[in-house]
Amino acid sequence: MSRPRFLVTASPHLRGPATTPTIMWNVVGSLVPIILAATFYFGIGALLVIGSATAGAMLTEALFGRKGSLGDGSAAITGLLLGLILPPGFPLWMAFIGGVVSIAFGKLIFGGLGQNIFNPALLGRAFLQAAFPVAITTWVEPRGGWLTLPAQMTSVPFMGAGDVDVVTSATPLGLWKFERIGTELWNLMVGHIGGSLGETSGLLIIVCGGYLALRNFLNWRIPISIFISVAVLSGLLHLIDASRYPSPLFMLFSGGLMLGAWFMATDMVTSPVTNKGCWVFGAGVGALVVIIRAWGGMPEGVMYAILLMNALVPYINEWTQPKVFGTRLTEAPS
Amino acid sequence: MMGNLLWIFVSAMVVNNFTLAYFLGLCPFMGVSGKIYTALRMGAANIFVLTVASLCAWFLNTVILPHAPFLRLISFILVIASAVQITEMVIKKVSPALFRALGIYLPLITTNCAILGMALFQTNRGYGFLEGIFFAWGAGAGLTLALVLMASIRETLELANVPEVAKGNAIVFLIAGMLSLAFMGFAGLLSS
Repeated sequence: MSRPRFLVTASPHLRGPATTPTIMWNVVGSLVPIILAATFYFGIGALLVIGSATAGAMLTEALFGRKGSLGDGSAAITGLLLGLILPPGFPLWMAFIGGVVSIAFGKLIFGGLGQNIFNPALLGRAFLQAAFPVAITTWVEPRGGWLTLPAQMTSVPFMGAGDVDVVTSATPLGLWKFERIGTELWNLMVGHIGGSLGETSGLLIIVCGGYLALRNFLNWRIPISIFISVAVLSGLLHLIDASRYPSPLFMLFSGGLMLGAWFMATDMVTSPVTNKGCWVFGAGVGALVVIIRAWGGMPEGVMYAILLMNALVPYINEWTQPKVFGTRLTEAPS
Repeated sequence: MMGNLLWIFVSAMVVNNFTLAYFLGLCPFMGVSGKIYTALRMGAANIFVLTVASLCAWFLNTVILPHAPFLRLISFILVIASAVQITEMVIKKVSPALFRALGIYLPLITTNCAILGMALFQTNRGYGFLEGIFFAWGAGAGLTLALVLMASIRETLELANVPEVAKGNAIVFLIAGMLSLAFMGFAGLLSS
């Protein structure tokens, strides 16, 4: 049989070179500078925490995932992101469990990549926050020495946290929430502050996330709408009572907002599919962040804000469905 | 006063959400959360019954129970259930449209633990008439929120390739747990 001269195929007829693995490994690549910065600020222990979270995630994917799904890189991203939002000096076995939970309950239980409702890394972090509330709020001060490992990091699973002998420091958000002490803006931007491993250096995250946005691997509307919403709402509150509510710039660069906005909220699976929906989604995340930070019991709310908006994504998708051209009746049928 | 009422409403709706924080009323939450349309009606029925229950509980607490505190549980269940039934009959007679919207769900939830739980919480916290009403509305709004969120997620999941072990109620329970984790972000809201 000769080859048919007319090839009749279904759309799409134009194919781009980007595949799931391309995008995923690009995201992994853009995370490398952030991981290096975490190592620079928090020493070799940062690598160990990120490594064990990633090991937990990838091992689970390899054991229970579909065949070959390890190669698409999504499990690696989940593990790396989870590691980056854990505090420095976090016990390694807990980080490992977090990685396992992220992949098993965040993704595989829904049927694998592309079918989950919640961001896996954030789900794992929320699980760790509920299971180990003390360990996850012990913030080690940056630059405690490059090679020193806090004792609780290598503690035996389920045998207590060991002797905690680290210099801890409150995060800027915690300082503001409980003592109303501000932090110098430049330190916030470059990352010389207490906080989760990869969340401290806002400027670096903007560069890495901006690269992904330029290559169109993430929808720039989501981070931008989050920033606008946070800036406007916190600006209003700041105008009302500056002694109670911090300035918009502080809100933007403190806590996990930068990392969350660029790398978590933009997860292609758990964010809306339409551009209009992305604006709504980002505005919602920003509003929830401001609400939880300003009036909630916890100093930080980015993780919960994104998880809550993830739950709303099916709705947003439905509301913002574009109209099919030409289907609307202009006159009432008689 | 107004601030207090608002706090009661918000607290019952999101901070101490009946379904996602107290795990009350799981039966309608699992059973009727398959479609957004039915979930919304179930939520409306919940708000309605909770309001009736709050009124009944307030009446019993102020008039009868001071004389016979040991009758609290049984009288709550009986009075709330029969009050809802009577209201249902009245609605059926007066407004058939409303009855069609709420009717089939009312008998399902009259003896639900969320309803009884609301009445007992209201009693334990010493809420007055208005506070009780706002508490009931907040609880009802919270139940509706949880139901509708779950319904939209489940409608999406119909296309997902959920593994055999987790199909059906198992995945719904897991998602309920995840929603509950997400709602932990509201812990302590407006308390300081």
